[in-house]
Amino acid sequence: MKPAPFEYHRPGTTDEAVTLLAEHGWEAKLLAGGQSLIPAMNFRLAQPGVLIDLNNVEELAYIRDGDVGLHIGAMTRQRSAERSELVAARAPLVHEALPFVAHPQIRSRGTIGGSIAHADPASELPAVTLALEARFRLRSPRGARSVSADEFFTGLFGTALESDELLAEIEIPPPADGAGWGFAEISRRHGDYGLAGLAAAVQLDGDGKCSKARLALLSVGDGPVLATSAAETLLGAEPSEEAIRAAANAAAHRDIDPPSDIHASAAYRRRLVEVLTRRVLPRAFDRARGVDLKPITHEA
Amino acid sequence: MTSPVELSVRVNGASHQRSVEPRLLLSDFLRHELNLTGTHVGCEHGVCGACTILMDGEAVRSCLIFAVQADGHELTTVEGLAAGDDALHPLQTAFREAHGLQCGFCTPGFLMTLIPFLRDNPTPSDREIREGISGNLCRCTGYQNIVQAVRLAAERMAPEATP
Repeated sequence: MKPAPFEYHRPGTTDEAVTLLAEHGWEAKLLAGGQSLIPAMNFRLAQPGVLIDLNNVEELAYIRDGDVGLHIGAMTRQRSAERSELVAARAPLVHEALPFVAHPQIRSRGTIGGSIAHADPASELPAVTLALEARFRLRSPRGARSVSADEFFTGLFGTALESDELLAEIEIPPPADGAGWGFAEISRRHGDYGLAGLAAAVQLDGDGKCSKARLALLSVGDGPVLATSAAETLLGAEPSEEAIRAAANAAAHRDIDPPSDIHASAAYRRRLVEVLTRRVLPRAFDRARGVDLKPITHEA
Repeated sequence: MTSPVELSVRVNGASHQRSVEPRLLLSDFLRHELNLTGTHVGCEHGVCGACTILMDGEAVRSCLIFAVQADGHELTTVEGLAAGDDALHPLQTAFREAHGLQCGFCTPGFLMTLIPFLRDNPTPSDREIREGISGNLCRCTGYQNIVQAVRLAAERMAPEATP
């Protein structure tokens, strides 16, 4: 058999799951969709002693609209969210990014919360939730707490989750008036890990000036990277072609320190970030002006 | 609980009860416990798509699910596609006629990926077909004839095609 032996638990409720988690601590791994964990176990890169399977915790799979935004249960399948009209209407950036998450078969099984808690620097949902200022509700036997995406991602596969904590819910603020968004990623083959990607959430004020810009990049650092100096160049300005070019330049050369690996050199990744910024921002600002645009489909 | 776990599952309409080790992959369960060797095992880390089956009607990779996780679920493998031993599913017929397979190793995975794909999108464009099969690798036939096979199957399976 491919994976190493493990002790298997299949709780039916969140309470049972966190009780088991507290009992076993770091020795235990939570099994959500398993589309990253099981490959790692098949390679025996991961050999958890205890596996706590969340797939029977039905109370963690839901999509609900609320006053402060959209609530997505952590065990919601990526495919369900991709097909959800509520997500398309209330969290259009999530809707636009989901088709970039691996392949359809992976998305039938993969979960929204699993992808975020795994915090792979190349994955889409951490960048998207960071751009959207999402909040995450964490549960443990000690209670619940809410953490912002800015606080949650702490480095390479690193999150604010403690050993007895479980990511229970993702809360996404509703799009404000004048909000725009855009997502694009470049990978060698459709569904592969992106060599670089950008999730952008912007806002225009009544005068058409940029009042908010959150640009979250993937695959260019230890986790999702917020391009803060690029955002600064945009704030208070009209998003002209020149302003967008300046932001793209800042994102590529000031905001990131990308790795060189077998997939792409650091220089190439900077170039991709520049191109992606110039591609995504005009669409995001067009949407902020109320122009209805179809999502950017896969970039060859 | 590394000890065996009871598992009850329906595969291609038939019920099966087994006691399995939790670390047994669903792909290996189908092949070794149920002798349903139509589900092929390629990369075993979610890249090649050869092990794709349907779980509650959705295409999933059986190498990335533990057999115990299929407990209480409804599975369909390539063996469950055709109506009988001498029959082929229209999608299988289209693959044969359009030369959508050569060695055939990847074919069960392609077929099982395409069943829900054509259910959800009965008249796909070539681009949509290519996106739909992006999670399946073929190393000998090439994708042209596979895309043609899907087009052919879509034409024949379209609701208006049946009187």
